[in-house]
Amino acid sequence: MTSQEEVRSILQIERLSLADFESLLSDSATEIIEELAQKAQRLTQKHFGKTMQFYAPIYLSNECNNQCVYCGFNSKVSGQRVSLSVEQAVAEAKVLAQMGFRHILLVSGEKKDVVSVDYLKRLVFQLRDLFASISIEIYPMSEYDYKELLAAGVDGLTVYQEVYDREIYEKVHPAGPKSDYNFRFETPERGGRAGFYKINIGYLLGLGDWQSETLALAKHAQYLQKKFWQSQISISFPRLKGSRVSDLQLTQMICALRIFLPKVGLVLSTREPAELRDNLIPLGITQMSAASRTSPGAYSQDEPATEQFAISDQRSLTEVAAAIVKKGYEPVYKDWDRVYIETAAIDS
Amino acid sequence: MLKIADKTFTSRLFLGTGKFPSNQSLKEALAAAETEIVTVALRRVDLNSPQEDILAAIDRSKYLLLPNTSGARTAEEAVRLARLARAGGAGNWLKLEVTPDPNYLLPDPIETLKAAEILVKEGFIVLPYINADPVLAKRLADVGTAAVMPLGSPIGSHQGLKTKEAITIIIEQANIPVVLDAGLGAPSHAAEAMEMGADAVLVNTAIAIASNPAKMAEAFKLAVIAGRQAYELGLKTPTTQASASSPLTGFLR
Repeated sequence: MTSQEEVRSILQIERLSLADFESLLSDSATEIIEELAQKAQRLTQKHFGKTMQFYAPIYLSNECNNQCVYCGFNSKVSGQRVSLSVEQAVAEAKVLAQMGFRHILLVSGEKKDVVSVDYLKRLVFQLRDLFASISIEIYPMSEYDYKELLAAGVDGLTVYQEVYDREIYEKVHPAGPKSDYNFRFETPERGGRAGFYKINIGYLLGLGDWQSETLALAKHAQYLQKKFWQSQISISFPRLKGSRVSDLQLTQMICALRIFLPKVGLVLSTREPAELRDNLIPLGITQMSAASRTSPGAYSQDEPATEQFAISDQRSLTEVAAAIVKKGYEPVYKDWDRVYIETAAIDS
Repeated sequence: MLKIADKTFTSRLFLGTGKFPSNQSLKEALAAAETEIVTVALRRVDLNSPQEDILAAIDRSKYLLLPNTSGARTAEEAVRLARLARAGGAGNWLKLEVTPDPNYLLPDPIETLKAAEILVKEGFIVLPYINADPVLAKRLADVGTAAVMPLGSPIGSHQGLKTKEAITIIIEQANIPVVLDAGLGAPSHAAEAMEMGADAVLVNTAIAIASNPAKMAEAFKLAVIAGRQAYELGLKTPTTQASASSPLTGFLR
């Protein structure tokens, strides 16, 4: 058992051990959450300033061969299945570019024959002029494929382990390629070797015990930071609807991770409600999505397909930007440049 | 007067522009600092939406724009970024930053030297961000950089002049301006650098995240002026030794 005094003494240290981090997840730390938040804010402002980076997802396809029990794209769930053509995806992208987004995240289910490497390359070639930064959150790929995508102009990789606990992982991923725990776990590693500038990891809040999952996540992030020292590592907090993880626990998790890993990016999506997101702005979050739609075609088409999850924060980009300004922060649209990457010539 | 390449400056305080809570607060800080040289990360510049852009806050008739290549991992990336910026109208002054590690943003000495060599040949006025390495500073001067910008401590760390001994050597050996960059968390740090004989300092985070950036910018301005004035007057080296009461050379009289 960690006492409040022990937590307080940890808050005085600059470089924390993993054991110190574990103490920040304790119940005693929960009781002095305000002190954690104060330190998290100071550390975040030192490294990231008073800024918030925006991004938006584009869902390319909700077809999927997996059966993740928590997901709207589960192949056993009925619903309208759609995969966008390159032209349709570009139409989506144009809507987002028009809104003001300069960083985007391409998302899809696991359907390799539809959302193929070739398809992604052709799409990225067309998106390169519209966006400063393009990341992917699709199915795990080989290092070779990642290198191809990097050369095409993809600079970031997002992949969540979903749950670090192996037993639970097997239970919630009963079939499909995703049932291979190790292949998924090694995905950020393959991305790092391929040379992605940004690697974003996370777990789904609500599948396992939040404290042990957060500890595993922190270890994973620290390992990646050391091994791929040229990549910016960031962490997301996708919380399942009706999750057992409370707002207080989510807040504690964000603050503790910030204190343990002061330079890691922390990302919060529109899964969370507007009020909570606004309150978390000054506590350590560095990137936010806004105005998101989680079904393919939803930005540019009228008939909605099946969503991956229901979003909570329905505000427009302008409204979220205004909320950020109100908190005394500067919304940042562009903080990356295509020019960093020596992109391959357009051959299509 | 501070002279870099063919330009002279009254102010010896450079400002960085990242991390400010708004373009308005940035604008006010620039004015209060009475700075003349302002650095902007090219990665933040968005020529597609000029009204949202960070450049909108910087009046280029008042300030010399010093674009920087922060985020570049290699010489090649930095060179590409610099060329594109010049083609886009950002001028030929450049703060060269090759910072492959996104965590501490420490500069890569090998890639920095490579990039400097190429960019100087292409006509850029190059001010490289470096670790406090006296030999590297000389090597960069040899390839023709207009100044060197050694760090006091890692960016945003507010730790002040942790590299003091090496900085002293860099200043002693320099025949180009030395601009102390990064890690200056308090006006006293800036004053200390100026007292040591640095030609100028660059400050960003300490001003950007202050509760009142304009007031903090003014505080740094005053510290830089104070430090420089003391340096020019000549500071007495502190001594711990007492003078011997019976002279050692009395026998000569």
